[in-house]
Amino acid sequence: MSEIAFYLLAGATVAAASGVLFLRNPVHCALSLVMALFLIAVGYIALDAHLVAALQIIVYAGAVMVLFLFVIMLLNLQPDPAEAAHPLLKLGAAGAAIAFAAIVWTVVRDWSAAAPPPATLAADFGTTVVVSRNLFTEHMVAFELTSLLLLVSVVGAVVLARRDRD
Amino acid sequence: MVGAEHFLLLSAVLFALGAAGVVIRRNVIVMFMSIELMLNAANLAFVAFAQRLGNIDGQTMVFFVMTVAAAEAAVGLAVFLALFRTRETLNVDEIGLLKG
Repeated sequence: MSEIAFYLLAGATVAAASGVLFLRNPVHCALSLVMALFLIAVGYIALDAHLVAALQIIVYAGAVMVLFLFVIMLLNLQPDPAEAAHPLLKLGAAGAAIAFAAIVWTVVRDWSAAAPPPATLAADFGTTVVVSRNLFTEHMVAFELTSLLLLVSVVGAVVLARRDRD
Repeated sequence: MVGAEHFLLLSAVLFALGAAGVVIRRNVIVMFMSIELMLNAANLAFVAFAQRLGNIDGQTMVFFVMTVAAAEAAVGLAVFLALFRTRETLNVDEIGLLKG
């Protein structure tokens, strides 16, 4: 990936993510987040994570965000003109965000200098076969436990969202 | 040449944006979306490290994060539905029932 392509991608991703923070209408926020998720999927492709990129679009942009949009429309949320945090809170959030990014920048710079040189990747790195083999052998127990997690969350969601509870 | 370090920094910026979103927004659904943004930033860091170190475990971990995010979204949005039904609001400043 060339420098220019990366900076275009990064700029677009940050702009889309900022939309989640600064747009008033929750539907616009959700669509902005979908855009950010798509652009992150592009980043995954640049990082040789092809299966992860496909799942990002199918699961996140396709399923999770549709759930968000359904709930927003079900509740008929309107842009709330009164919605505004305390100015001091905004200042604090901006300061903390900048400080966090600066700390990570320092850490990554030091780590990058000390870390081993980039590994030479196999040609099939990140393909469905390689990732699935890793998932179904080394992480088998964790994989089975996620099925339990999903079952519990589905039952929990149904119980919580049910109208009559007598 | 763009390396994993660039993507790690992008991930840090996205995480910071998500964290700031949780703090400055008052609508619980938008706060929830900011949390999703933070989870995605963590995923991006996982994938960047997987590529840099040549270790596929980082990509496998993304599946687990996605599963947790999906479960969280399902339960969280159900909570908001129940909350909106009883309180008629999703503004966190007006939801202070558990405040001591």
